[in-house]
Amino acid sequence: MIWQIELLILIIVIILAVGALAVKDLLSAAILFGAYSFMMCLLWAIMGAVDVAFTEASVGAGISTVLFVAAVFRTSRRTED
Amino acid sequence: MEVLLDVLISRVNYWVYIVLMMIGLYGIIAKKNLVKKIIGMNILQTAVILFFISIGAKKNATIPIIEHGHDAAHTAVTATHYINPLPHVLMLTAIVVAVATLGVALTLVIKVHQQYHTLEENEILERIREA
Repeated sequence: MIWQIELLILIIVIILAVGALAVKDLLSAAILFGAYSFMMCLLWAIMGAVDVAFTEASVGAGISTVLFVAAVFRTSRRTED
Repeated sequence: MEVLLDVLISRVNYWVYIVLMMIGLYGIIAKKNLVKKIIGMNILQTAVILFFISIGAKKNATIPIIEHGHDAAHTAVTATHYINPLPHVLMLTAIVVAVATLGVALTLVIKVHQQYHTLEENEILERIREA
């Protein structure tokens, strides 16, 4: 566990979480959420949970982002908050 | 001050877990858009997973794979050398459940959009009241 990298990634995770909720475009929100999931994956690789890390990389960051983008393209990108 | 800083740094994972959980809860409660609500729900789920993985994490320990597994009978396994793998296994299930709920939620969002042609909660309620 390298605490400098861990602290940096924790800060990036919070910024990406706030960004995914604050941005005014649903496609951008989906992409930011994918980046958030990848940062979580890095965090778990640092904490020694490698099995959780690659499950998150494939399922959380991969399939979730694809599902979000597909749903946004089938509905609308417009959001008011 | 020194003690406070020590406590803050040694438990920084838990503070971030609390912050992420509150961000997710805010997303679920305060956002009007349905997809934004789902993103909030997912952030809340990953926050809980972060909490559980932080419980299992350990300093100066390696990943829970036994070296020289073929002659393990001669060398004793000391549990303090390994990170606790039990929370990892539980959280693998939680990740899969998170994706399943995400799929169902997005399907419902698509059906709602087909019915009302909007994703905003207040506009949907208006259209229900008009009909």
